[in-house]
Amino acid sequence: MKLRNASAAAAAAVVLALTATACGTGTDSGSNGDKITIGIKFDQPGLGLKTPDGAYTGFDVDVAKYVAKELGFSEDKINWKQAPSAERENLIKNGDVKFVVASYSINEKRLKEVDFAGPYFLTHQDLLVRADDATITKVEDLNSKKLCSVTGSTSAQNVKDKLAPKADLQQLGGYSECLTGLENKRVDALTTDASILAGYASQKEHQGKFKLAGLSMSDENYGIGIKKGDSELKGKINKALEKMVSDGTWDKLVQQNFGPSGYKNEPAPKIAN
Amino acid sequence: MSSVLYDVPGPKARLRNVVYTIVFLAVLGLVAFWVLSALADKNQLSADKWSPFATDSRVWTTYLLPGLVETLKAAALSILIALPLGAALGIGRLSDHRWVRVPVGAVVEFFRAIPVLLLMMFSSAVYAAYTPISSDFRPLYAVVTGLVLYNASVIAEVVRAGVLSLPRGQGDAAVALGMRKGQTMLYVLLPQAVTVMLPALVSQLVVIVKDTALGGAMLGFGELLSQNRQITANYGANTIATFTVIALIYIVINALLTRLAALLEKRLRQGRKSAATKTVVVPVVDVGSA
Amino acid sequence: MFDFLDSGQYDLLGAFWVTAQLALYSAIGSLVWGTVLTAMRVSPVPLMRGFGTAYVNVVRNTPLTVVIVACSFVLDQTLAITLGGEDFKETGFRLAVLGLTAYTGTFVCEALRSGINTVPAGQAEAARALGMSFTQVLTAIVLPQAFRAAVTPLANVIIALTKNTTVAAAIGAAEAALLMREMIENEAQALFTVFALFAFGFIVLTLPTGLILGWAAKRLAVKR
Repeated sequence: MKLRNASAAAAAAVVLALTATACGTGTDSGSNGDKITIGIKFDQPGLGLKTPDGAYTGFDVDVAKYVAKELGFSEDKINWKQAPSAERENLIKNGDVKFVVASYSINEKRLKEVDFAGPYFLTHQDLLVRADDATITKVEDLNSKKLCSVTGSTSAQNVKDKLAPKADLQQLGGYSECLTGLENKRVDALTTDASILAGYASQKEHQGKFKLAGLSMSDENYGIGIKKGDSELKGKINKALEKMVSDGTWDKLVQQNFGPSGYKNEPAPKIAN
Repeated sequence: MSSVLYDVPGPKARLRNVVYTIVFLAVLGLVAFWVLSALADKNQLSADKWSPFATDSRVWTTYLLPGLVETLKAAALSILIALPLGAALGIGRLSDHRWVRVPVGAVVEFFRAIPVLLLMMFSSAVYAAYTPISSDFRPLYAVVTGLVLYNASVIAEVVRAGVLSLPRGQGDAAVALGMRKGQTMLYVLLPQAVTVMLPALVSQLVVIVKDTALGGAMLGFGELLSQNRQITANYGANTIATFTVIALIYIVINALLTRLAALLEKRLRQGRKSAATKTVVVPVVDVGSA
Repeated sequence: MFDFLDSGQYDLLGAFWVTAQLALYSAIGSLVWGTVLTAMRVSPVPLMRGFGTAYVNVVRNTPLTVVIVACSFVLDQTLAITLGGEDFKETGFRLAVLGLTAYTGTFVCEALRSGINTVPAGQAEAARALGMSFTQVLTAIVLPQAFRAAVTPLANVIIALTKNTTVAAAIGAAEAALLMREMIENEAQALFTVFALFAFGFIVLTLPTGLILGWAAKRLAVKR
């Protein structure tokens, strides 16, 4: 009956481990109290990235910090929450986050579900190619090329449906996967918003390896996603964004986050009301 | 077993075996050399892609270990919920009543026929559409639901086989003592069956641990495999190095579980020898899901 | 309720056809590879035995998802081995077959080994007494009987393989699970119908396999 004791001990250990982990989660909910929860990307260098020491960097993160400060929340009062592309509307609708700053383009479909403050940044769909590749200068060149993008992204569909229907398109789970292929000449170009591409290109491991093709294949206005109908918050955030542009912080942050890639950003977009 | 298949090698056979060994070694070496040199050619073996795993403890504390905790949490939850559910289904399938046996059998066969990935994707969509579960936990819930539905039906089959493997005399003796059907099952058959099927259950845990990776790849569950995206975003697209390390972690954990199953089986066989009962150990029913 | 099927937007049969092809090619591949592994594991050459054992233990303990995604990464993205695939779709399919074969082969090997265990030692001993070599003993005497004894576990392996083809969705092979994901996203109102359709599809694929092989197992069983 030694075995029975052993299995009892094992079961006890499992139960202990479970209760221990259960205690660690579910402490914060939503945005009330003296803290604010903000949704950002965790895996996009240059925009929103969780670094190995647990800090958050990127343009979106900096914008979120500035806005939060203007709303009366200092940096240590912010709870960062991961907002993957497919989850952004849900996070806002469920009240899990106060607002979302996560390379979130304003478009018709999304406006049906959430409201946007801003826009705070204008970018275009572009291509990332190897630094020594001069064969892709216009969109039509893609028809004979191998192209990579992320599964289900609008950029991929845009190319497939309209811009270059004959391109051999590979859809992978994440941008890092595409970069591996690009570096090894398995694919010729990676497509998505120029701001995201610039973030990868300016990482220190990638500097000098890749360049942006500089094509404007679409207009993407990044906005700050908020709950539908919350015009008070929208007003406050818009005021914060206006101040950010006028006091020069906007230029400084853009330079700081996208500078090394040689990405030519558009001027700060005018805030719609 | 294997020695039955060939004679004890004489001088000629020994020489031949040496030749085979050398040829096989050469082929293996060539393949390994070709792969390694091709990888080196593509800069995949350069130190900066691999060294973070040895020199930067934050790779472990920020990504890999939390991911591993999620993996183990999902696996533990799944087996803990699937066990009683599976036992109930297994007993239901052994019921004397047709109206219990047939529907339970249908449920078990249904969930055994559906790929576990489909179950996960479906439950994730259902949770998103009809429940207020926050997106933090939805992937975990979906993964656990998929795994529970599938593994409970596998465990049901294990339990059924375990109970059926017991000598008839056990049930007969319980009836002779005046026990009711429920009592016979609960106090006589099930405790013995559980001991018999323990190795099979531990092996099932290996399947569960492996299947959690599906949630990472397809549902955005933050388990071990899904950490590769954040690691490669921070350390310069070192995808191959990251994948190798992640695969090694899975292999070590599952090898330990497999070893545990073998150990349990050995113990059972030994323990049973003294008792006069048959030494039956229920074989693993599930031959390898994802 | 089913009107989204008439739109022509979703090629349901096409997706299941890809699933069936994935299963078929991988089944053939893994039966061959599994037999080779088994032969290695019982061979008189210690190095081959060691390789077979190590391979089975490592690959069996790796999640299939990792095996298949690694195929895509290492072979395709890094080494640019496309297995003759013309475009990404074709390459993805071939890599998925390769990954499924590498993974499922280990389970075929385990099933065959258990089959070999059911062959009485006297069979091999008699064959050796007739002067047969190891290769002859294995291919003419032991394996044919082992295969017949292993039909049931092999059938379970093939059924598991059929379900495992869904993992190929992780590298974008255009099979059933990938289509289901797309349909769930676009047709949220018909969620249950979508699931029922795909569940039915897989039951149609796995049930006959189970029945036919179950019947075969009875027919082929070696009477002892």
